[in-house]
Amino acid sequence: MANTSTNPSAAVGRTKASSLSAAVPRIILYTVLVLFCIYYLLPLYVMVVNSLKPLEEITAGGMMALPNEWTIAPWGSAWSTAQIGVDATGLRPYFVNSLVMVIPAVALSTILGALNGYVLTKWAFRGSTLLFGLLLFGCFIPFQMVLIPMARILGLTGLAGSVPGLVFVHLVYGIGFSTLYFRNYYAAFPTELVRAAQIDGAGFFTIFWRILLPSSGPIAVVCIIWQFTNIWNDFLFGASFSDFDSQPMTVALNNLVQSSTGVKEYNVHFAGAIMAALPTLLVYIVAGRYFVRGLMAGSVKG
Amino acid sequence: MGFLDIKQATKSYGPVKVLHETDISVEEGEFLVLVGPSGCGKSTLLNMIAGLEEVTTGDISIKGRSMNNVKPAERNIAMVFQSYALYPNMTVKGNISFGMEMQGVPKPEREKKIAQVADLLQIGQLLDRKPGQLSGGQRQRVAMGRALTREPDVFLFDEPLSNLDAKLRVDMRTEIKKLHQKLGTTIVYVTHDQIEALTLSTRIAVMYGGYVQQLGTPKEIYDNPANMFVAGFMGSPSMNLFAAKVVSENGRTAVEIALADGQKATIPFDKVQGQEGRDVILGIRPEAITDRDGADRNSQNVHVVEARVEITEPAGSDTFVVLQMGGKDVTGRFRADVDVSAGDRFPFAFNMDKAVAFDPKTEERVA
Repeated sequence: MANTSTNPSAAVGRTKASSLSAAVPRIILYTVLVLFCIYYLLPLYVMVVNSLKPLEEITAGGMMALPNEWTIAPWGSAWSTAQIGVDATGLRPYFVNSLVMVIPAVALSTILGALNGYVLTKWAFRGSTLLFGLLLFGCFIPFQMVLIPMARILGLTGLAGSVPGLVFVHLVYGIGFSTLYFRNYYAAFPTELVRAAQIDGAGFFTIFWRILLPSSGPIAVVCIIWQFTNIWNDFLFGASFSDFDSQPMTVALNNLVQSSTGVKEYNVHFAGAIMAALPTLLVYIVAGRYFVRGLMAGSVKG
Repeated sequence: MGFLDIKQATKSYGPVKVLHETDISVEEGEFLVLVGPSGCGKSTLLNMIAGLEEVTTGDISIKGRSMNNVKPAERNIAMVFQSYALYPNMTVKGNISFGMEMQGVPKPEREKKIAQVADLLQIGQLLDRKPGQLSGGQRQRVAMGRALTREPDVFLFDEPLSNLDAKLRVDMRTEIKKLHQKLGTTIVYVTHDQIEALTLSTRIAVMYGGYVQQLGTPKEIYDNPANMFVAGFMGSPSMNLFAAKVVSENGRTAVEIALADGQKATIPFDKVQGQEGRDVILGIRPEAITDRDGADRNSQNVHVVEARVEITEPAGSDTFVVLQMGGKDVTGRFRADVDVSAGDRFPFAFNMDKAVAFDPKTEERVA
């Protein structure tokens, strides 16, 4: 004790000098990070700002400037009156199409993936590894390769050109990934818990429902974010397998922007593009909060 | 026929046989411990009794009823797992009542049982917590509580204490023994800790390589090991095993043992009479090698051999003294205050009543 307190002022001086030299790399680091942040946010800024301007301000130049006259008219137009395809319906019906497609597709692929993961890890059977390998292989087949066979199957089942058809396509494509997520998560899930539940008298589905699912929060969130983003943003399947009345948002947005008649209403396009991107953004913001680790803590050896 | 009968039970995974024909009959109220090193088949056998693993051939029956095609939940057994296996998403109360809920026990009855068990294990104040908020010892209690609510025919314990720290392990060991005395339920308990096996059990099955090496009371296992594996595995410090030769000296059967300095010691040993000329492995427990005053007064066969002390290891209550015999370090258990130091020549007293002999090749008991 006596030794350490001989010269307190010298000690303080030293810490000051060292904290200053430690701060320099930190300052540089933050400067770089802020610059990157601005760089990445710039497109969003351009989109938001230009969606709130009258068209004349954009065509007059000055994409980067704030609006002189603030207006939400482009948003209204994009949502309900813009010309898409043959009708001037705005994006609204297609937004609804996308929702009707994405919600069941995400829910079903997540639940089936969880069930697959549960069976593949806790009720492994002869050939289950091979089966998992094949499912995994399905994840890596390029979209373009399945277009024609899928079109044939949709035609045969009478689902072609309908929203349920799109749900089916995305479900088939999504199961590979969701199975991969849940299988890897449940592989680390203590098998002893399943055995304890078996001895307690719980059956196959009761164990899944009461023991595994309540502990699957983090991976379910990951899976939902992944599936939602992919299915919502999908363009190829939407463009290939839908009719005018079942087109998803992405295809409608393309039709809005690509329409060759009349003036190009950039402000409306910007508003439409933001609308198309909003749901995925929302899913990240809402679901990301629940993505916390450590929900499993304390179930087994601590 | 016993309460729990294991008849010629085996377990194979494909061509690999992990448990060879096993016969164990357990009486009601017995505390059977399956003990052995990792991979000896003890947990497999326990899982077979629980119904978590299928029996490849043979039969396991409880109360005379064959269990081979009975689901785990319907065997009326309860199991405590090594990792406790508490459901992380449920409270302590939920964990304890889950089994009863699955069996369709009505709620008031469940509440009554939970209160009873909580009282018995003193976990009343923990009922609303999640497993993550409990200490190791508390989780252990909850796991036992969950098992207790079932009032099972047989309790199965799978290394329940191996995740606890040393102090707590000893406390919980005493508690499990008390619980067994209070409830009188039949218990099958798996452990790799031979001290746990000796202290808890009424009978022990020592397992190794998928075989039951020896089945007997703790005393039988300790004093009369069937082979060198059992001799070396049970007891701490373990039994001294070293090479010796059976000779005849002055008309009496004796064993000749090489000492450290090239000399030979000859100790009379009647148990191997008639096997003169044979090489054996002699087994003597540390407590049978003492100084002259510490030797067992009731023994008829205490023989003194003078040998050099290699090292001494004071251990508080005892002092362990190491000498060399038959090319091996041999430990003797001395009183703590014995006056001996390394390098001394010292008269060691061997209690040959407690000595056993094994065949060097088959490793089986010969005397």
